[in-house]
Amino acid sequence: MKEYKTVTEIAGPLVFVSDVSGVGYNEIVEIMTPDGEKRKGQVLDVGHNVAVVQVFGSTTGIGTEKTIVRFLGETMKLGLSPEMLGRVFNGLGEPRDKGPRIIPKEKIDITGLPINPYSRESPNEFIQTGVSTIDGTNTLVRGQKLPLFSGAGLPHNQLAVQIARQAKVLGTGEKFAVVFAAIGITHEEASFFMKDFEKTGALENAVLFLNLADDPSVERIITPRLALTTAEYLAYEQDMHVLTLITDMTNYCEALREISSARQEVPGRRGYPGYMYTDLSMIYERAGRVKGSKGSVTQIPVLTMPGDDKTHPIPDLTGYITEGQILLSRDIHRKNIYPPVDVLPSLSRLMNAGIGDEKTREDHKGVSDQLYAAYATGRDLRSLSAVVGEEALSATDRKYLQLADEFEKQFVQQGSYENREIEKTLSIGWDLLSILPEEELKRVKQKHIDRYLRKKE
Amino acid sequence: MAKKGRIVRISGPVVEAKLPDAKLYDVVHVGEAGLLGEIIKIVGDISVIQVYEDTSGLKPGEEAASTGEPLSVELGPGLLESIYDGIQRPLKVIEEKSQGAYIARGIVVNALDRKKKWDFKATAKKGDKIKAGDIIGTVQETELIEHRIMSPVEGKIESIKSGKYTIEDVVATVASHKGKKEQVKLYQKWFVRKSRPVIEKFPPNIPLVTGQRIIDTFFPIAKGGTACIPGPFGSGKTVTQQSLAKYSDTRIVVYIGCGERGNEMTEVLKEFPHLEDPNTGKPLMQRTVLIANTSNMPVAAREASIYTGVTIAEYFRDMGYDVALMADSTSRWAEAMREIGGRLEEMPGEEGYPAYLARRLAEFYERAGRVRCQSSRERYGSVSIIGAVSPPGGDLSEPVSQNTLRVTKVFLALDAPLAYRRHFPAINWLKSYSLYPDNLEDWFTKNVSSDFLDQVNTSMSLLQKEAELEEVVQLVGPDALPEKEQAILLITKMLREDFLQQNAFSDVDARCEMDKQYEMLKTILQFHEKTKDALDLGIQLKRIQELPEIGKIGRMKEMADVKDVKNLQKEIGSSFDSLSKG
Repeated sequence: MKEYKTVTEIAGPLVFVSDVSGVGYNEIVEIMTPDGEKRKGQVLDVGHNVAVVQVFGSTTGIGTEKTIVRFLGETMKLGLSPEMLGRVFNGLGEPRDKGPRIIPKEKIDITGLPINPYSRESPNEFIQTGVSTIDGTNTLVRGQKLPLFSGAGLPHNQLAVQIARQAKVLGTGEKFAVVFAAIGITHEEASFFMKDFEKTGALENAVLFLNLADDPSVERIITPRLALTTAEYLAYEQDMHVLTLITDMTNYCEALREISSARQEVPGRRGYPGYMYTDLSMIYERAGRVKGSKGSVTQIPVLTMPGDDKTHPIPDLTGYITEGQILLSRDIHRKNIYPPVDVLPSLSRLMNAGIGDEKTREDHKGVSDQLYAAYATGRDLRSLSAVVGEEALSATDRKYLQLADEFEKQFVQQGSYENREIEKTLSIGWDLLSILPEEELKRVKQKHIDRYLRKKE
Repeated sequence: MAKKGRIVRISGPVVEAKLPDAKLYDVVHVGEAGLLGEIIKIVGDISVIQVYEDTSGLKPGEEAASTGEPLSVELGPGLLESIYDGIQRPLKVIEEKSQGAYIARGIVVNALDRKKKWDFKATAKKGDKIKAGDIIGTVQETELIEHRIMSPVEGKIESIKSGKYTIEDVVATVASHKGKKEQVKLYQKWFVRKSRPVIEKFPPNIPLVTGQRIIDTFFPIAKGGTACIPGPFGSGKTVTQQSLAKYSDTRIVVYIGCGERGNEMTEVLKEFPHLEDPNTGKPLMQRTVLIANTSNMPVAAREASIYTGVTIAEYFRDMGYDVALMADSTSRWAEAMREIGGRLEEMPGEEGYPAYLARRLAEFYERAGRVRCQSSRERYGSVSIIGAVSPPGGDLSEPVSQNTLRVTKVFLALDAPLAYRRHFPAINWLKSYSLYPDNLEDWFTKNVSSDFLDQVNTSMSLLQKEAELEEVVQLVGPDALPEKEQAILLITKMLREDFLQQNAFSDVDARCEMDKQYEMLKTILQFHEKTKDALDLGIQLKRIQELPEIGKIGRMKEMADVKDVKNLQKEIGSSFDSLSKG
């Protein structure tokens, strides 16, 4: 261990230490302020005898004199143990729930190594979330990363909790765990999650990492990595199926930008660093299944789109990495529909691998495609009828209009404690399709029409 | 010749080291872990190295050793069916060496298997005078592909023998003019950043038949041509690229997953060995080389992956094959350049991208082409490049899209609104273009039909007319249009839903042959002509709309036999006849 008292410059979250030797890149640092407070940090750049240290927490109280910097000679690691289940930690992985310290069985680097694409198993097991707009039209599968794109004031947290509560794989009794990472959310939001986990008994199978809004923003870089290291440990070492909820990724990216600007880096779009895509991918890509392990890591990151703008760099880069997105819409929310999922721009890229005969039901893909196409047509007609009036539409077009309305009321709308079986979701789908004349149903197979549509009459 | 030096600075993937005799682009092993890197800048005695692996824990003072050679790829039997990372390390061997699902650091592996024995059949004989690039023998690498061994040197063959060899064995010796004896092995090395020489480049005049109707009929790509597929996320770039990789009529496919999703690459890996080559029925993997550098794998290797891929493609081209190269996505490649440029503290150009972005993109696409291969005998091959572009927010005014559009000849515009309504492939027919139809006209006339391009033009003008009519409909509703124009909407709906839409997940529809494409289009246009005539005779549009043939046109896609489509044309003829009779 090496100690230095040679702090030469402090700028925002960065501390420059001179005359160092033998310091490694990404090494962990302990800083003692003159008042005896202890902070942690990480080496961002080292060379020409100067180390640039990024401090987790505030740099208040750190001075150029009397501050001691200790280089620990190892990169950031997290002590892991199955005992972590049921526990609450802060954003740096220290217990927050007054419980005892964790005695680690293993210490693992939190950055994580990239998974060899050759060693991955392709995700293809259907997860039933009990939410029709997900199960029916944007199916989630084990090992997928499917973010919720939301906006400020929309009920994304409620939906995230509902998914965590209801998610299950049909017909199996395997070990299941939730890892929850809160990044820069308010105390109020955090206690909403805690209460819900406690109330439903989910807490005993959950690990919580909380970095709240008033916690240092630099910690936010660490929190999701701690959560994912834990998730990987539980999945690949303990054979559990882990659902990882991360909220809110927008706060993470803000922290990234803050550090980047403190380092005086060349900014990319809207001031976010040019490496944000790579950085985000190192979080999102830690979802999946690997050969030789029964477990899986499924990720549901939540992000709030600044100004509800899907082309903002945060949702944009996320969408390029994740396997689809569930988009919440303010318009639908205003109609008092919960969950306010706008299915048209929503997408699950792995859906086709997880549905169909023996997984959900043979008609699933057809029903989903038909609902999509019909709802899209109905939505277009809605704006048309606003101009020309409903009477000017043809009889068939009026049916489409009716379908779009009913789709939102019956299919999208459900209670926050309503857990719909996939059979139920699909039969609502067929009810809606029965509004249309049969020859309009081009996306569903005739035999499925015979089997499922006629039954209704 | 290893030259050793010391590391002086580390900043993410960029490491500075004091190295004697350093040359630009030399490969360097960095630190105790022996991480692989490449010199990208030299200032005085300081070499700036971009490192292909995570640099955590690396310290100033650790050793850096230059190999004295630039980054190169190994070219020889064993390339096919392989899956490599961005710097041609086989991922399967990495898995064995890492002993787990993660890619450990500092792993050094050979790109080609050194132990496997190949059955070499000599086609040249002792005493033959050969030039560089001449084929001296063959190896049946997979059931599908014969690997042609080309001599990298010029001279007179002194010895050559058929037999079973590993790639390190000498299969022939060649006496060069200077009297030097050169040994020829089954493999050779080539620097990734340098394109392989050719005798001449020709304008492309044969289409790359992809089996995708909207591409082959409306926006054809030529063998040896370039195409770009830009689109926002979720619009189906990857599905389109994969369909092209699966169903194109090229002999070799090189697929580069550059900074994309891990699960997607896994899907390709799982799927390709089970897919059949449309012409031979053998597994598709036998003609494929995969390069997978996912988004979370080191960014410097992502930068190199494009060069690795295109060099392998050129090598197969030199054997006289048609090669298709898919790069998904070139935006991630450009971002890798930006990230490294930023670490080098270079003065940024537009949106933070380095000022040399346009040049690099142009250089990459210029490596495509239909060529006469370097050899003393006449031999032709081609590399077609199809690059995906991921513009931020789907906005094509950004630098990567703009610079790509300047150099590519086919533009397939993927469209989010089409994707939302599950119209796949979500290629917007009004925005896309291809500059090849003129070059390909002769081929179409000879191999499909002389009226093929006329049909295409007629359909295109109908679709353009539809866009105009839609604007009117938005204002006054469809019923206010005259029947003739309503009829156009009926036909364009057929064109969109029953021709342009194609189901990548259907056994029959995933690949559509040229003759079927032609007949399908002909059927729809015949329906159009008949409708026009019928309306002129005073028959109401409503009666035409009730014809059962409309539903049958919708099922043409699933007809496995072209005869059924032709029969439908007869049916349409007779039912219009009976309509006009009353």
